[in-house]
Amino acid sequence: MIEVKNLNYQVGQQKILKNINLQVPRDAYITFIGPSGSGKSTLMRIIASMLNATSGEVLFNGKNQSEYEPTHYRHKVSYAFQQPTLFGRTIKENLEFPYLVRRKEFDRSLVTQYLEMVNLNETYIDKSVNDVSGGEKQRIALLRNLIFPPEVLITDEVTTGLDTENKTIVRKLIDQFNKERNVTVLRVTHDDTEISEAHNTITIENGEIKNV
Amino acid sequence: MSDLTVSNGTLALAFILVLIALYIGYQEKLKFNKEILIGVVRAIVQLAIVGYVLKFVIHANEIWLTLACFAIIVINAGWNAGKRGNGIPKAIPISLFAIAVDTITTVAILVATGSIKFIPAQIVPFTGMVASNIMVAIGLCFRNMKQTFADRHQQILEKLALGANIKLASIDILRESIRSGVQPTIDSIKTMGLVSLPGMMSGLIFAGVDPVKAIKYQIMICFMLLESTSLGSIISCYLAYKQFYNQQKQLNDELIS
Repeated sequence: MIEVKNLNYQVGQQKILKNINLQVPRDAYITFIGPSGSGKSTLMRIIASMLNATSGEVLFNGKNQSEYEPTHYRHKVSYAFQQPTLFGRTIKENLEFPYLVRRKEFDRSLVTQYLEMVNLNETYIDKSVNDVSGGEKQRIALLRNLIFPPEVLITDEVTTGLDTENKTIVRKLIDQFNKERNVTVLRVTHDDTEISEAHNTITIENGEIKNV
Repeated sequence: MSDLTVSNGTLALAFILVLIALYIGYQEKLKFNKEILIGVVRAIVQLAIVGYVLKFVIHANEIWLTLACFAIIVINAGWNAGKRGNGIPKAIPISLFAIAVDTITTVAILVATGSIKFIPAQIVPFTGMVASNIMVAIGLCFRNMKQTFADRHQQILEKLALGANIKLASIDILRESIRSGVQPTIDSIKTMGLVSLPGMMSGLIFAGVDPVKAIKYQIMICFMLLESTSLGSIISCYLAYKQFYNQQKQLNDELIS
């Protein structure tokens, strides 16, 4: 589904990623590990089309990433941030955003179902963005990526800084989308539990893949 | 009209006001005395030159001279507004284009409706008034836009990651920047007559024109300034925000940092 070929990324003289080759099959759940600054997030951002590689290519469903219209590509390959911000004044503005992007009508009942999947309820829709905790914020932000399930979900340390309960809720949600909705997951993490539970890990060190 | 005569002696005495500003600057260590002196010298030289040029242009009453004055004003305004957008690619061409389109539209409407005549004595001052107000508005737009793109960098990245197009990702910034350009005009119009008697109206009253006629002129100028600052801000902002992105609809990090 995703194929990374001879990918390099450098800033000035500093090589961040060196000759990365990678194949991600459909429905896979891959955990990327490695020290901070090793290039994991950079690789994820390139796969998500948020950053351009210096050389090499990313193929998605057999087609070069650059051949896709960037916004359409990002509907299919969705990137979730470590410390997301919530937009506007209310939670509704955030959960409505994926609809706005696709020019569709906001579906309150569907969104309520999604909120319940992450232990929140309908009342959250009308809450102010300032009235939610850090864990709730991350769950809501993740729902923005998942309301229209992408083909690939990239999570970049999304559980960092969360308490155990929130980490479990977020992990459960991602697992559910992987198993039940066939969403391919590329996860970057430093969390010991997540690493120990992962079935498929890739280690990146100094911009290079150490194992597959 | 004879009341308007200002002798060189009177002008020199009025310089005492500048000395007061310089004294305050020195006492309070505001470090703007050099700027004040440069500003005063520039104002005297520029206005003296412009005074003689205008005298010549108005006396000559040639279309090409009027158009040349128009072009000089627009180019200068565009250049100065563009400099406020330092760091935004193509800021100068964008502001030049916005000011040119906006000034031509505004002045053309005024001439077509018979509000002003196509004679240098009216075209040149009106062009200056329109262009300078758009220049200030665009300068404010650019400054606000640069700042908000830097402040909301993370939010824009997230919107792009969710598949938003660049307009949707920047729409809040776009609206705020346009508002920042037009707001001073709205504020000044709201307080007009209560806080300030605007320059054009004051000038006409000074020159002995009936205040009611002067007010009519001023109302027309209010309409003109509202339209021109709005249009100028919209054109410049809609062209400038795109410069913050590359072809792959990614945020151009070099502009933000």
